[in-house]
Amino acid sequence: MMTNTQENLLEIRNLNKSFSISTGLLGRPLELKALQDVTFSVKKGETLGIVGESGCGKSTLGRCILQLIAPDSGQVLWLGRDLTSLPAEEMRKKRQDLQIIFQDPLASLNPRMTVGEIIADPLRTLRPELGRKERRARVLKIMESVGLLPEMINRYPHEFSGGQAQRIGIARALVTEPKLIVCDEPVSALDVSIQAQILNLLADLKDEFGLTLIFISHNLSVVRHVSDRILVLYLGRVVELASGDDIYDDPKHPYTKALLTAVPIPDPKLARQRDIDALKGEIPSPINQPSGCTFRTRCRYAKPYCAEKRPPLETIDGGRLVACHRWREIEVPEEAVLVG
Amino acid sequence: MPSKVLKVEDLSVTFALRNTEVHAVREMNFDLTAGETLAVVGESGSGKSQAFLAVMGLLARNGRATGRAMLGDVNLLGMEKSKLDAYRGRDIAMIFQDPMTSLNPSLRIRTQLAEVLVKHRGFAKEQATRAAVEMLERVGIPEPAKRANAFPHELSGGMRQRVMIAMALLCQPKILIADEPTTALDVTVQAQMLDLFKSLTQDFGTALVLITHDLGVVAGVADRMMVMYGGRAVETGMTDDLFYDPRHPYTLGLLHSTPHIAHRAARLDPIQGLPPSLEHLPKGCSFNPRCAFCFDRCLEERPPLAPIGEGRAKACFYEGPLSYEKVA
Repeated sequence: MMTNTQENLLEIRNLNKSFSISTGLLGRPLELKALQDVTFSVKKGETLGIVGESGCGKSTLGRCILQLIAPDSGQVLWLGRDLTSLPAEEMRKKRQDLQIIFQDPLASLNPRMTVGEIIADPLRTLRPELGRKERRARVLKIMESVGLLPEMINRYPHEFSGGQAQRIGIARALVTEPKLIVCDEPVSALDVSIQAQILNLLADLKDEFGLTLIFISHNLSVVRHVSDRILVLYLGRVVELASGDDIYDDPKHPYTKALLTAVPIPDPKLARQRDIDALKGEIPSPINQPSGCTFRTRCRYAKPYCAEKRPPLETIDGGRLVACHRWREIEVPEEAVLVG
Repeated sequence: MPSKVLKVEDLSVTFALRNTEVHAVREMNFDLTAGETLAVVGESGSGKSQAFLAVMGLLARNGRATGRAMLGDVNLLGMEKSKLDAYRGRDIAMIFQDPMTSLNPSLRIRTQLAEVLVKHRGFAKEQATRAAVEMLERVGIPEPAKRANAFPHELSGGMRQRVMIAMALLCQPKILIADEPTTALDVTVQAQMLDLFKSLTQDFGTALVLITHDLGVVAGVADRMMVMYGGRAVETGMTDDLFYDPRHPYTLGLLHSTPHIAHRAARLDPIQGLPPSLEHLPKGCSFNPRCAFCFDRCLEERPPLAPIGEGRAKACFYEGPLSYEKVA
C-alpha cells in the first residue's frame, strides 16, 4: 500500500489547456477548456487511475503529461524538473523515462514495419548508441516479457489480433526501460477474455520492471481493479482524488457517488438490489460550461450558491482531495440536512 | 402461458469468400416470449450479431441464412425484401451501437420518425409528427418538440440513441433487437438507457434481445441468457443460474475475466489463448484449446447443446464441478 512518505515521481501543478474551435470565416473562434487548474502528484511505484466520462479531459491530460500536447500554463514536474520548459532536445531524452500505450492497438502500429522494427523504433531514436545486435537482443527480451514468441519478430501488425497487437504496443513502450507509462484506455477495444489477459500482463510487468502507471479509462471497474489511487475528472477539473478503497467505500463527491452507482455490476442479485442514483441529463458542453460548480446542473444536492462560487479542491483527512461545497453535509442522509 | 413472439429453428449463416465458405452461425435454436429480455453474450466473431442480422434480412450480400425464423406463422428467413418490409419496423425492429450510422444526416428528426408511421400505419403526416414527438418524450428526451426539429448531428450520442429507440418503438414492435446499444455511451447515460429498456419491456410487452459483451449490463436487465462461442450457443438459461452456477467452462471463464467493482480480486482469471478463427475451428469442441476442463472426448467429438434441467442447456461433455480451484 502507498504511504505519504513515498517520493513523488511526477507533480502536476495548475495545468490548463484550451483548444480553440473555429466557427467559420466570420465567427469568433470558441474556446474549449479541456483542462482547468489540474493539480495532483504521482508516487513512485503506484498505479494512479484517471476516470471520467467523454470530454472530461482525461486523454488530453495524459498527452499533456508526456508533452505530446503543450499545456497553456502550469507545470509538469518530473523528479522536480519542469518538462514544459525543457528544450526539445532534452525533452526527447526524457522520453526514455515516460512512455504511452494507446487504446486502438492496430491503429497505433505502423502497418509497413515488422514487429521487430516497431519495437526497436524507440531505441533507434532514443538510444542511437546501441548497436544492431544489442538492439535485437533487447527487442527479443522484451517480446518474451510481454508474451510474444521470438518467431513473430518478422511479422507485420495486420497478422495479429487486437490482444496481440496491444502486446506489441506494450513491448514498444517498455523497450526503453521507462519509469512511468501512461496507459490511455489500453483494454477498451479488446474482448473481455483478452482484456483480462492484458490487465494481468500489465500487473506482472509493473512488478517485474518497477513501473509507475497512470491508467486512464472510462471503465470504473477496470480502473478500480488496477489502481492504488483514483482521480475523478469532470469537465476538465479534478473533483476527487483518493485511494481506490476510499473512492469505492466512501466517495465524497456527488459525481463520484453517481458514477459508482451507474457502473454495471456483473452480479444479478446485487444489480437488482441496487438503487441507481441515475444522474439527470448529460455532460454539459465543455465550450459552454456552467458557472460556479460545473457539476451543479446534474447534482441532486445542488444549492443556489453552487452556481455562484466554484468549490475549491480541498485536502481532507488522509490526504484525499475533494471539490464540493457540500461534501460535509451530504455525508448524512438528505432528510437530516433538511431538518437541521 | 405467455405467447411466443419469435421461434428460431436451425438457423445457420454462411458467408461465401473468394475460395471458401465461413460459417458464422450454426444450428441456433431459441424462442422469445412477449415482455422478456434475452441477453446474447459473446466475444467478437461469436456470431451474436450475424444471427440477428440474418433474422432481420440484413446480412451482407455474400451471406446466406438457412433454417426458420417464425414470426407467428410467417418465416422471415429467405423472404423477399419487398415482403420483409411489411414486418421490419412494424413487428420487429433493430437498433445498433452507433446511432449516427442509422440516422439520415440530412433529415430532421421529426421527418425521419414520422416517415415510419406514415409508411407502416398509414398515419397522416401531421398526426404522425405529433405521435413522433410524444414518443420522443416517452424515451426521456427533454424539450421533445424542439429536439424534433433538430438534425442528428445537433444531438449528443445519448440523445441520438434515444431517437433510435423512439423510432424503433413507434410501431410498438413485438420484438426489439438491440446490438450493443449502450457500448458507445458514457456510464451515467448507459444507466439511463438500461432503465428505459426495463420500462419498455414492462409497459409495451416488447420482447427485447440485448446483444452485448458486457456481463454487467446483462446482470442488470436480462431475464434469460444465451452464451455464444465460435458461431454456436454453448450455454442457455436463466440469468441468475448462469451467473451463480455456470455449467459451461466458457461462461465460467467470462465471469472470471470481468472485473467486479464491488469485490476487488487481486488477479483476474482470464481464459487462456485467443478466440478461434471461424475459418479454422478446432476439431471436436471449438473451445477445447482454451478449456481448463478439456479431456479426450472433447478433442474428437462436438458436444451438442443438450438440456440440463429446467430451462437450461449446455454444450459440454464435462460433468464434474466447475471451479478453478478444482483444476489448480
